[in-house]
Amino acid sequence: MSYRLRMVVFGAGVLGFASLLIWGLGGLPDFGDFAGRYGQYLAHSALPERHATSSIAVTTFDFRGVDTLIEEFILFTAAVGVVALLRVHRETEEVPAEPETTRWPTAQSGALRSLITALVAPVLVLGIDIVLHGHLTPGGGFQGGVILMSALFLVYLAGMHIGLGPLRPMAAMETAEGIGAAGFALIGLGGLIIAGAYLENFLPFGAPNHLVSGGAIPLLNIAVGLEVMGALLIVIGEFLDQRLLMQKGKL
Amino acid sequence: MSFLPYAVAAWLFLIGLYGIVTSRNLVHLVVCLSVVQSSTYVLLLAVGYRSGGTAPIYADISHSENVVDPIVATLTLTDVVVEATVVALLLALTVQAHRRFGTLDPNEMGALRG
Repeated sequence: MSYRLRMVVFGAGVLGFASLLIWGLGGLPDFGDFAGRYGQYLAHSALPERHATSSIAVTTFDFRGVDTLIEEFILFTAAVGVVALLRVHRETEEVPAEPETTRWPTAQSGALRSLITALVAPVLVLGIDIVLHGHLTPGGGFQGGVILMSALFLVYLAGMHIGLGPLRPMAAMETAEGIGAAGFALIGLGGLIIAGAYLENFLPFGAPNHLVSGGAIPLLNIAVGLEVMGALLIVIGEFLDQRLLMQKGKL
Repeated sequence: MSFLPYAVAAWLFLIGLYGIVTSRNLVHLVVCLSVVQSSTYVLLLAVGYRSGGTAPIYADISHSENVVDPIVATLTLTDVVVEATVVALLLALTVQAHRRFGTLDPNEMGALRG
């Protein structure tokens, strides 16, 4: 199909779609006038019923717990899919992850490398903080997991140059991802056995506004944090391996 | 100005679609898809907003405060996770496409393998 013909088809389609979209958006409540009572009910029952101050975390991990379990497994499956798509050439020839002589463009300057190394610890602490306070303040396992991933990714970036060969964390990350995914499912199973329903809270709720409160929600946050960190590092590690393989002329 | 957030969502969706249709590079195409998907975040959060409402986090506000809807926030969280997985899988497929066709231009791929 020629470019011009494609644009004509797209133009006709997008005009029809845009008018439908604007018509549909016109039927929405005015911005700021949302009157759904279910959300308000959840927001106001989070603190009295679960002793956790972040009603978003309570909605995510308690009221919508099974959805979040499935969401976590979507991420797990995607990481497996990326590995399956990209790891085809690994069986035939094992390539060392960090080449001895290749200069990695992003870490060539000593100042950049020092900065990267200096950032690892603060970013790691921030990630742990966000994961552990997920039930009190905005944050949680998904957000904190991404920050933890970037902390370990900084090690990876700096290590490209100073040669952290044996410390390459791929196997550990696969374990972390597995523990995270299994942890969430097993905490849910604990609810089934002890409290009588899957993902039902079976831990004491604790005092509101304390680090140990909200029942199983902090544990679920930790599980999700591990899972997100592991899955994203596996995905990024696979892409980096492709880059290294291409640099070595193996592809 | 009460329609502005919805207009932003519609504009993001349409401009992303335009980018996908005119794309000459698969990586650019994947980024355009994520622009399309980011319109759903804007739409979800706009739908759940209540005038004068604050975030439904009771760490430092009283229990009677007017808050926005927490459900749309958790739905947006799911949305972000799904987008991350979609982008990761599509980029992996892009790597494979480049390995097979030697190009990232979707037009040339059609010409090569017709």
